[in-house]
Amino acid sequence: MSSNSSSGHIVVDSLSLTFRAKDHDVHALSDINLTIKPGEFVSLIGPSGCGKTTLLRVIADLQEPSSGHLTIDGQTPQEARENHRYGFVFQAAALYPWRTIEKNVTLPLELMGMDRKEQRKRAKENLELVGLADFHKKYPWQLSGGMQQRASIARALSFQPGLLLMDEPFGALDEITRDRLNMHLLDLWRQTGKTVVFVTHSIPEAVFLSSRIVVMSPRPGRIIDVIDTNLPADRTLEIREDPAFTAVAQKVRNGLKHGHSDESL
Amino acid sequence: MGRMWDKFGQYVHARIFPIFVVCLFLCGVWYAFAVYLNAPQILDRFEREQTSYTTTDLITSTWAMERPVLPSPHQIFYEIYRGTVLVKPTSKRSLILHGWITLAPTLLGLLIGTTLGMLLAVGIVYVRTLEGSLLPWIIASQTVPILAIAPIIIVVLGSIDLVGVFPKSVIAMYLCFFPVTIGMVKGLRSCEPLHMDLMRTYAASPWQILLKLRLPASMPYLVASMKVAAAAAVVGTIVGELPTGAREGLGARMLVGSYYGQTIQIWAALFLAAALAAVLVVAVEVIGRWLPTSPAKTRA
Repeated sequence: MSSNSSSGHIVVDSLSLTFRAKDHDVHALSDINLTIKPGEFVSLIGPSGCGKTTLLRVIADLQEPSSGHLTIDGQTPQEARENHRYGFVFQAAALYPWRTIEKNVTLPLELMGMDRKEQRKRAKENLELVGLADFHKKYPWQLSGGMQQRASIARALSFQPGLLLMDEPFGALDEITRDRLNMHLLDLWRQTGKTVVFVTHSIPEAVFLSSRIVVMSPRPGRIIDVIDTNLPADRTLEIREDPAFTAVAQKVRNGLKHGHSDESL
Repeated sequence: MGRMWDKFGQYVHARIFPIFVVCLFLCGVWYAFAVYLNAPQILDRFEREQTSYTTTDLITSTWAMERPVLPSPHQIFYEIYRGTVLVKPTSKRSLILHGWITLAPTLLGLLIGTTLGMLLAVGIVYVRTLEGSLLPWIIASQTVPILAIAPIIIVVLGSIDLVGVFPKSVIAMYLCFFPVTIGMVKGLRSCEPLHMDLMRTYAASPWQILLKLRLPASMPYLVASMKVAAAAAVVGTIVGELPTGAREGLGARMLVGSYYGQTIQIWAALFLAAALAAVLVVAVEVIGRWLPTSPAKTRA
């Protein structure tokens, strides 16, 4: 439950997941090998059907692999889930409409049986962190989509997990809001030093946020390339005009193209 | 102030006025039918007494009979007015007394029925085998005519010295647990998959998922099914009053009225029972609007 900088060490070892469909098997993940070090910001990028979300859900123990091995700080995904080692941010904010923003943020704390005063304190801290301190008494529908997603990030941070799993959290938002939230998330990552695994299908978003980018390809879902970004830590949105940035983006684009070339798309 | 009047004006225009027009039309049809159905008796009487009469005499007489085939609306409303305002509430002829005698088992039955319905729904949603084993019996229970089963319940409970409010509320409960069970099974399953996944990431227990997710998510379904249940509970109580030879309650007023051909009394009790059910349904709706889950509050 406590936040320590040495958590979020993920080791994925020859992991595969096959869905049994009616007449054929779908290889959602095929022989995935990946190590994520504590404090890293890793993006999983690829076209739809490449298994990036599935991989994230396997890490979160929301889905079971068919074969292979996965550990989070030496624990199985189930143990990690039961020990609240990660916070998950979904594609939609998934706030409960009958709860105020504050009550949504305290939901995981409530489930853990934390004392009420501490719950309120944590909610206040984390809502401040995402810039929603004044909205704690509002209901989700009274907030914009971007604000809702920020509230859901505050909820994922409320119990101080060392690892943040994010499944296309800004995919449904407009570009301006998305840029702002990317800035915000980067600040947050720098401040807290958490490990982040981030699923996206946007190349600029992946390059801007990540310290490492994992490029994936569909049928079967597999890893094509792993690219280090090596961009300065204090980067701002302007870095997207920088040659270093475009070079990394080009590398990611090539990786994605390469993944597609075998099926003549 | 001016805006409030505007709003009131809009409300009258949009809601009250159409209802008023429909009421007016129904009343007109009703009075016409009263003339048509009661006229033969009046004509008989005029003939027997050999009085000469005008059409106006005939029409006004059909609207003022003591035991008409179809009493006119103003006779029914006068009967209700007399029973609620002119007579003391403690009197045997007070409709407030009879209304309360019917209301008490209705409320108790609604309470027990809703609780039972919710428990059954939780059982069905959480225990897979119960859906196959219990649901057919629950549905079968509603295919039995309530008129046939009501006397049995009254007699059986009476033989173990349970009389008065309780047997009637059992019959009310029998009718109103069903919509609650069906509605709540759907309601408890209505939560979004993402909301469910979230609970799983928190490693929440089944009990926590029920309390913090399934139950709150099902509230709109509970309100909707309780509205059906509230109306059914009134019917159940009145049916429970019919076979017992009860002396009190709206059901008893209808039964006694039919023994003595007191049609006005029957219709007055009928109107009051309908009003009772309507008030209950509206009360459920109003309480439902208070819940933060109501569609009115979640609408963006």
